[in-house]
Amino acid sequence: MSLDTRDTRDTLDLPVPDPGLHEEERFTDSDEAAGRRAYRQVVGLLAAVPVLAITFVVVYFAVPADAQLVLFGSAFKAHPVLLGLTGGVAVLAIGVALIHWARTIMGDQDVVEERHPAGSSAEARQAAAAVFAEGVEQSGIGRRKLIGMGLAGGVGILAVPAVVMLADMGPWPTAAVRAETIERTIWAQAVRIVNDVNNLPVKAAEVELGQLINAQPENLHELQESDPVAYQREKAKAALIVVRMDPAAIRIPASRQDWQVDGILAYSKICTHVGCPISLWEQQTHHLLCPCHQSTFDLANSGVVVFGPAARSLPQLPIMVDDEGFLVARSDFTVPVGPSYFERDSSRDFKEGDD
Amino acid sequence: MAKPAPVSPAVPQAQTPAAHTEPAPAAPGGLVGWVDDRVPVSSILKKALRKAFPDHWSFLLGEIALYSFIILLLTGVFLTIWFKPSMAEVTYGGSYALMRGVPMSEAFASTIGISFDVRGGLLVRQIHHWAAILFVASMAVHMLRVFFTGAFRKPREINWLIGVGLLQLGMIEGFAGYSLPDDLLSGTGLRFVDGLIRSIPVVGTWAEFFVFGGEFPGDVVIPRLYMVHILLVPGILLALISAHMALLVYHKHTHFPGPGRKDTNVVGQPLFPVYAAKAGGFFFIVFGVTILMGALMQINPVWLFGPYNPAQVTAGSQPDWYMGFVEGAIRIIPNWEWHLWGTTWSWNIALPGLGLMGLLVILPAIYPFVERWITGDTREHHVLDRPRNVPNRTAFGVAAMTCYGLFWLAGGNDILATQFSVSLNNVTHFMRVAVFVGPVVAFIITKRIALSLQRRDAERVLHGSETGVIVRQPDGGYTEAHAPVTDETAFTLTQHQQPAALAPSAGLDGRGVRRTGGRIGRLRARLSGWYAGGQIAKPTADEIAEAAHHGGADHPAIEDDDTPALPGGSH
Repeated sequence: MSLDTRDTRDTLDLPVPDPGLHEEERFTDSDEAAGRRAYRQVVGLLAAVPVLAITFVVVYFAVPADAQLVLFGSAFKAHPVLLGLTGGVAVLAIGVALIHWARTIMGDQDVVEERHPAGSSAEARQAAAAVFAEGVEQSGIGRRKLIGMGLAGGVGILAVPAVVMLADMGPWPTAAVRAETIERTIWAQAVRIVNDVNNLPVKAAEVELGQLINAQPENLHELQESDPVAYQREKAKAALIVVRMDPAAIRIPASRQDWQVDGILAYSKICTHVGCPISLWEQQTHHLLCPCHQSTFDLANSGVVVFGPAARSLPQLPIMVDDEGFLVARSDFTVPVGPSYFERDSSRDFKEGDD
Repeated sequence: MAKPAPVSPAVPQAQTPAAHTEPAPAAPGGLVGWVDDRVPVSSILKKALRKAFPDHWSFLLGEIALYSFIILLLTGVFLTIWFKPSMAEVTYGGSYALMRGVPMSEAFASTIGISFDVRGGLLVRQIHHWAAILFVASMAVHMLRVFFTGAFRKPREINWLIGVGLLQLGMIEGFAGYSLPDDLLSGTGLRFVDGLIRSIPVVGTWAEFFVFGGEFPGDVVIPRLYMVHILLVPGILLALISAHMALLVYHKHTHFPGPGRKDTNVVGQPLFPVYAAKAGGFFFIVFGVTILMGALMQINPVWLFGPYNPAQVTAGSQPDWYMGFVEGAIRIIPNWEWHLWGTTWSWNIALPGLGLMGLLVILPAIYPFVERWITGDTREHHVLDRPRNVPNRTAFGVAAMTCYGLFWLAGGNDILATQFSVSLNNVTHFMRVAVFVGPVVAFIITKRIALSLQRRDAERVLHGSETGVIVRQPDGGYTEAHAPVTDETAFTLTQHQQPAALAPSAGLDGRGVRRTGGRIGRLRARLSGWYAGGQIAKPTADEIAEAAHHGGADHPAIEDDDTPALPGGSH
């Protein structure tokens, strides 16, 4: 290990001596015609720029904004394509002209600059240290140390109020706040299950075997007008899927016998991994696949995870039929829906083998 | 390498006398003189105008990053004129008929407005998105170039660290911008970020409530991301890029090995006029190409996705490319989650999400210091390494690229499964193993290739290059004629310094007594032995002289009288 920080290359192991720089002649230097041709090309490229710029402006004003171009059998909006072609080629022409000029016409002799050590010299370091020591001496901080400590502590402690200022960025998710936000949805006893496209209630008798319905609570719709923020928030938690399977072909644990209606089961649509809405239904296997990260849940077995990165079963919504034969919720979900969070008590989720 | 050149053709180049002492006729007048009286422009230009910039295609990668950043600033300003970063609900009434009457956020409505009702708006939106993709991509490739050529070594470690920060910030900046239109795809991305933030052990829920202003999605996250996207991160990017450029100018650019290239000099074209024209021209080329991409290649057609709806998603949802490796890790991680004492520890999200992003900072950030510690190399380096001459570093870099690439591929495991008609589950299981095994295989193969290339270099120096010309000897035998390499090539192939292993006594003090750090010293000696070992010794001067003399019976060189002369360099 050498302490030399500089490589003079004289001390290096060089089996072949450095032959030194060597220059090669260019075609455009030796051949006058080639030189003239390069000159014409550069000027020609630059001359194209004003033409293209004017075309750009003409297209901007003259071509209707909704005009279509048909190319290769597909229709394109004319404006972005034509403006981009004229503008893009104009800009490109400037670039090509500049580089062509530099490569073929400008002299191509390399220049050699000496490098100097990146760091300061030892003398400079000593001098700087001396100057600094002089300043420290002048400040008196050497004898009156408490000033320095007080200053550092004072400036340091200012970080606390600065950080505290951010405390209002959002509500604090204390246990009470969580219970009213991420741990509940607007599902409740007797809330009707409605189709999320046409908002019509779902009649138990009309759900066919193997069918999957994307659903939501009936009381969600009224929020859309009155409180759009609450609407999105509640929709992100309450989204539901309703499936009908053959009761004989599926496993319904004893504790969940009254959560279903003749093989009609309802599950949260929000993946327990990172919260994507799950929607790919494999009718034959009764599996539900999340298109984001491919977590797969077995709806024939209380929504347990059979594949993928999700760690918890899909929460099941207890349902029943009301007097008119429509599906309604028995209660809210019994566990929080959606992705995990630190304070979540995940011991109450359904696990394989529970009854 | 791409400092915008302060070119002012009106300024005479050198020997401008100080105007106040000697009002010579050469003293600049007019505006230049006026400025020069106040700011020493002449003194700066006198040196700066002829600054040498080495030329190599790979030095343009960083320039692409710089230029796409400028393009992003220009197009971004245009977009802010119409974009409304608001999650307030409106009913769309613009010219795109398929969305009329659909309730959506103002952010999404204004994005549709820019795309359909502002002339050139869609073009600029697409240029902005393409430039963003190019920005991160060119930074990543530029960083690989710097890594494989050893340009991060002393004195450039600080600039390397700035680069690591720039890449990370570029990814965050890109993601923030991607989220702003509030369409179905970007909303799904935000939903993922919500899950990711939540998964942070202990403080996750608090972080989620603070970022989103309460529960997901709320109505503040897009205005906040807008602030991050157009003010906070670009401000930091601008400051870091300035520092990056300033250090580049101060250290002067590295150059590839070759005749006349030394650690004590820099050989290249002068800033004015050649480099200025080339770099300036390259800016226009990058800009022109992104404009053409914006004109001809559709990207992020949000009007086809529709406004965000937390109950909808499409299959095949993917983030922009640079988030693909995190997406892949999130997809293939086993479902590890701890449920302890009423708490939930989501390693299935935190580990791939935060862990991998963290690794992308930590590994590159510590690498220069680890390598320096292993090799004990404290010299300044300005001549670049040829990757083959540092086989372990090169192999490590390729292993890291392989790991990244496999995670990235895993981000499309559903696409792989459908395109190649294989089981999605099998693709996932395969990837779980491949991300660990692939890098090891890549390391071994790369190292072998590097060593083979070293051997080939030595062969070329000693016996010349293969010519493909088969020569029949008078006695009927056949041999391939070799053309000797030029002195320039021979120098280039032999100028690298092969490191020696650190002595194992690094852990002993002057009297041979073991120091407290003895175990670390031995580890270091072993590591440095491994790092330096196994390399193909480059030919010595004696070997070269001898090979030139003999020509070698099995490798006839052209100076042998009985083999035909081939066009080639001098000897």
